[in-house]
Amino acid sequence: MNNIQKNRWKDQAFKFWGIFCTMIGLVLLTIFIGDILIDGIRRIDWDFITDLPSRKAENSGIYTALMGSIWILALTTIIAFPVGVAAGIYLEEYAKNNKLAGLLEINISNLAGVPSIIYGLLGLEVFVRIMNLGASVLAGSLTLSLLILPIVIVSTREAIKAVPQSIKDASFALGASKWQTIWHQILPASGGGILTGVILALSRAVGETAPLIVVGALAYVPFAPQSPMDEFSVMPIQIFNWISRPQAGFIENAAAAIIILLGITFIMNGIAVYFRNKWQKKWK
Amino acid sequence: MRKIKELIIEKTLMTSALITIAVTLGIILVLSIEAIQFFSEVSIFDFLTDTQWTPLFTEKHFGILPLLSGTLLTSFIAISVALPIGLTISIYLSEYAPKAFRKAVKPLLELLASIPTVVYGFFALVVVTPFLQGFFPDLAGFNSLSAGIVMGIMIIPYISSISEDALHAVPASLREASYGMGATKLQTAFKVIVPAASSGIIVSIILAISRAIGETMIVAIAAGQQPRLTLDPTVPVETITAYIVQVSLGDVQHGSLEYRTIFAAGITLFTFTFLLNTLSYRIRKKYQEKYE
Repeated sequence: MNNIQKNRWKDQAFKFWGIFCTMIGLVLLTIFIGDILIDGIRRIDWDFITDLPSRKAENSGIYTALMGSIWILALTTIIAFPVGVAAGIYLEEYAKNNKLAGLLEINISNLAGVPSIIYGLLGLEVFVRIMNLGASVLAGSLTLSLLILPIVIVSTREAIKAVPQSIKDASFALGASKWQTIWHQILPASGGGILTGVILALSRAVGETAPLIVVGALAYVPFAPQSPMDEFSVMPIQIFNWISRPQAGFIENAAAAIIILLGITFIMNGIAVYFRNKWQKKWK
Repeated sequence: MRKIKELIIEKTLMTSALITIAVTLGIILVLSIEAIQFFSEVSIFDFLTDTQWTPLFTEKHFGILPLLSGTLLTSFIAISVALPIGLTISIYLSEYAPKAFRKAVKPLLELLASIPTVVYGFFALVVVTPFLQGFFPDLAGFNSLSAGIVMGIMIIPYISSISEDALHAVPASLREASYGMGATKLQTAFKVIVPAASSGIIVSIILAISRAIGETMIVAIAAGQQPRLTLDPTVPVETITAYIVQVSLGDVQHGSLEYRTIFAAGITLFTFTFLLNTLSYRIRKKYQEKYE
């Protein structure tokens, strides 16, 4: 075998290794989901969704955790959406190339890399203790809002950046002020992109466990929250609690709850991708 | 009138942006204040050198080393899994794969990163550990090996996606010049493209390490809650993050020394990830200038 053949052979070998590695990821994803479906699908029925948690595995349901997750999701959206989008607009349209902008950019990039459990410690001290909100839905939502803020800001900026300069110029030429241009032209044009980012950020929030445990969310709550000041549990914490128990029945419960949690996550991701595709086509 | 309205709007938007600064300051202040109170009771020398971590026992030791070794061990295993696979995937997708395949596979791989980590924890404990016990009968029910491997799978997309973007951004002219000299795709990839994209690849690896160090639920579920100074991947360990979860689940009095341990552990974790994130930001900025 001469050198050229050897190199061609190596090239082919690497190609198959590449296909193999790519497939490992996808195959594992399939095994994960398949295994969890086998473990848990038979456990899912209407009672499982509407039952309160119980000491007996077969009587336990996810009602309180599901309601807790919905509360958290709603409040987090209300808090993080306006603040994140406003900050994104400021960075992209107002604070270009000044010192503050540089500082904000480094800061946001750093915040995006802070482990989620550290946000939990921040929330515990500031929201739970100092603001005296206790281990409430509101304290949990505020904590998760800070956690997803960098993601919302970055995706808002990306979406606004993609709006063609010609649209802004046209608006200014017609005598519109800066804010009129943003409100009537830039935001409608970048809405799909912003929405994609916000939904992706929220799908991350719905799966977060650690910061809420630190804030003091409970594994066992007898009732679903009725107001933002109530105690709560969420789906991932309920799953964590069931995994930590030795009885086989709870493992089955955990798998069933995981199916529902993954369902929620994937649906949110799907909606985000749909918006992204729809919005990308608009500028092509 | 219009000017005033515009000004008010600008200031409101600016306030929103400044919240992010407040968050950073808040994190640093909260961690520092609690940690300073902690270190007024426990000497910083003991914290850094004692080889035992037993704040919840009657005989208390406050050495961070066992938690740190648990964190670094699981992260090391995760990176050993994710780095070769993630890098190969990025090179394959960028240099070999047909366009349509690349477009279809990338979002699927990114789905791996969107799965909640508690789900990975379930998988490590219920599937991977029993599977590995078939090969290593001595493997404990909680161990850093399964937790590390599963965490590695989770961070594959962090490495593959960012590296692939970097490889893809290398100008086609470099590729064509290399092919023109008679190089194969493999030679071009490793001798031309990877070196040209090296800063982007390094950024992806640093981010993945930072993600692994801060990961909580997988290790809290599958690696155990026994802080010990060891490099043995088959025994239970405890990471910094898992310890914070353990204390949070218990009933620890606010203001007690036990309560402050989680902030001392937290500031250690924050310092590590902060250094890694700053490093990756610096590299990314430098690299952007190179191609623009």
